[in-house]
Amino acid sequence: MSLDKETVAKVATLARIRMNDEELERMAPQLSKIIGFVEQLGEVDTDQVEPLANVVDITLALRDDEVNDGACVDKVLANAPESTQGFFVVPKVVE
Amino acid sequence: MSALTNLTIEEALKGLEKKDFTAVELTQAHIDAMEKHKALNAYITETPDLALEQAKVSDERRAAGNAGNLDGIPLGIKDLFCTDGVQTTAASHILEGFVPRYESTVTANLFKDGAVMLGKMNLDEFAMGSSNTTSYFGNVINPWKREGDDSDLVPGGSSGGSASAVSARLCMGATGTDTGGSIRQPAAFCGISGIKPTYGRCSRWGTVAFASSLDQAGTFARSVTDNALLLQSMAGYDPKDSTSANKEVPDFVAAIDGNLKGKTIGIPKEYRVDGMPAEIEKLWQQGIEWMKAEGANIVEVSLPHTHYALATYYVIAPAEASSNLARYDGVRYGHRADKEDLKDMYEISRAEGFGDEVKRRIMIGTYALSSGYYDAYYIKAQKVRRLISDDFLNAFKTCDALLTPTAPSAAFALGENEDDPIKMYLNDVFTVPASLAGLPGMSVPAGKDSKGLPLGLQIIGRPWDEEMVFKVAGVIENLAQFDDVPQLIA
Repeated sequence: MSLDKETVAKVATLARIRMNDEELERMAPQLSKIIGFVEQLGEVDTDQVEPLANVVDITLALRDDEVNDGACVDKVLANAPESTQGFFVVPKVVE
Repeated sequence: MSALTNLTIEEALKGLEKKDFTAVELTQAHIDAMEKHKALNAYITETPDLALEQAKVSDERRAAGNAGNLDGIPLGIKDLFCTDGVQTTAASHILEGFVPRYESTVTANLFKDGAVMLGKMNLDEFAMGSSNTTSYFGNVINPWKREGDDSDLVPGGSSGGSASAVSARLCMGATGTDTGGSIRQPAAFCGISGIKPTYGRCSRWGTVAFASSLDQAGTFARSVTDNALLLQSMAGYDPKDSTSANKEVPDFVAAIDGNLKGKTIGIPKEYRVDGMPAEIEKLWQQGIEWMKAEGANIVEVSLPHTHYALATYYVIAPAEASSNLARYDGVRYGHRADKEDLKDMYEISRAEGFGDEVKRRIMIGTYALSSGYYDAYYIKAQKVRRLISDDFLNAFKTCDALLTPTAPSAAFALGENEDDPIKMYLNDVFTVPASLAGLPGMSVPAGKDSKGLPLGLQIIGRPWDEEMVFKVAGVIENLAQFDDVPQLIA
C-alpha cells in the first residue's frame, strides 16, 4: 500500500508533528516502504489466534486504595517550561 | 592502557577488598580515560565530580566494613534511565536540559549496592536505531577498526555509548536497554558481552519508555561474570512497575559453572538466512562444537514464524512508541516552542524536538493505530506475536537454550545502511524474535571476521531462566578465549 502526501499530512496532524510540504514529500515514500514491508503479515493465517498483549505470566497486583505519594509540587514543576503558583502555564485554550 | 581500567569488575572488587587501590583511584583512572577518548562520543553527560564523591563515600563504607556488592565500581548509565539531579535526555533535543527529580529503580538498585556513576551514555534517540547514528548529541564511534582501514565504524545501537565505552575501557560496565536487540547487537559489534533478561526481571520504573511491552533493562561488561554481578544488583520486584515480576532473583554468578552435561542446545534452522556471511555461519558451527565439547546434546529446532518477526516488531514497537511519546507536548517538561496557539505549540514543539527516525516511527505507529487500520495492523501483529512466542515455547520442550549468531554482520562503517530504513532494520533479524517473546538473550564475543572485527554468538533462554543463559555464555567465553582488545583503548 502506498501512502500519498495527503494521508501522510493527516497522520502528521494526528501525531501532532508539524510538517511542511517538502517533509511530507520526503516522508511519504519512506512510510510507504515500511508499511509495504509490514504488510507481509497478511500472509500468516491468524484466524484462531488470540492477540498477545503482554508476554509476562504474572497477574497484576492490587494494593490498598490509599495515598502513598505526593506533596511534591516543586519536584513536579521543576522541569516545566513555564509555571506559576503551583500550576503549569500553557497558551490560552478557552476564549 | 592503564592497569586499573583494564580490570574486570570481579577483579576490581577483589583489589578494592585487598586495599590494592581505592575506589577514588579506580574512578580517577576511568575519568582520565574518558578525557582521552572524548572522540568516541560515548557519554552525553559526564559526571566526574559526582563519581569522585560517590567513590570517596564508597571507600569510607568499605573501611567501615559495610561495602555493598558493587561498592566502588565505576559504571556508565545509558541516558534513558532517569537519574535524580543529573540531566536525562534519551539522546533527544526534546528532553535536552531535563533534570529528573527522582531515580529510576534500576539505578537506585545499583547505587544501593555502592556503584559509582561516571556519566550518562549516548544512545540512538529514544533508543530507536541500530547504529547509534540517530542521537541528537552526535554519533558514537566504535573503538574497533577494520584491519588496514581507519574508517570510523558504528558501535551498533541503540545502546551504542554503553557498548563503546565498556569496550574502550571508559567504564567497567554499563546499563543498557533492549527493545529489539539494543543490548545484544552493540555488544557483538564492540566485542563485549551483554544480556537482556526476561521481560519483567528489571523494573521499568523511571526508564524513558519506547515500546512498553518490549523494553527491558540489561547490562554490558567485559566478562560473563561481570554481567551476572550487574544484573544481580539491578533486577528484582518493584511495586511501582506493574509488569515487574515478583520472583526471587537467582544467584546468577553461581550458575556460571561450565557444566553442560545433560543439557540440550537447540539450533533454530530458520536462522540460516539467505546471504548470511560464511564467516558467521562458520562461527555458529564453532559454537555448536564448543557446546558438544562440554557435554551438551545438540538438536535442530524449528521456529517457523521467524520470518515474520521483523514485520511484527515494526508494527508493535512504533505503535507503542507513538502512544508513549505523546507525552512530549511541551507542557510539563522538555522543549517548548513559544507559540500563542496551543495546537501550534504542540505541533511545532514536537517538530523541533524529535529527529527524523523518531518522527518516522511515531508516524508509522500513529498510522497503524488510526481508525480503520487498528485491526489490520496492530491486532494482526499481536496475533503473529503470539505465534512467534509459541514457536519458542514449543522449541523449549526439546531443548534448554538456543544458540544463534547475534547479528548478520560485524560492525559497519558510518553512513552504510543509511539509505534504506528496512536495510537498517535487518540488523536486528536475530535479536527481535526473542524480544517479541520476552525471553532472556545474551551476546558473547566468540571470534572475529576476516577484517579483524568481533562477532558475537547469542544464547536465548526460557522465560526466567537467565541462569541457563549465563551457564552457556560462560562456556563460550571460556572456550572462545576472546581476549582481543579494540584499537582505541584507554
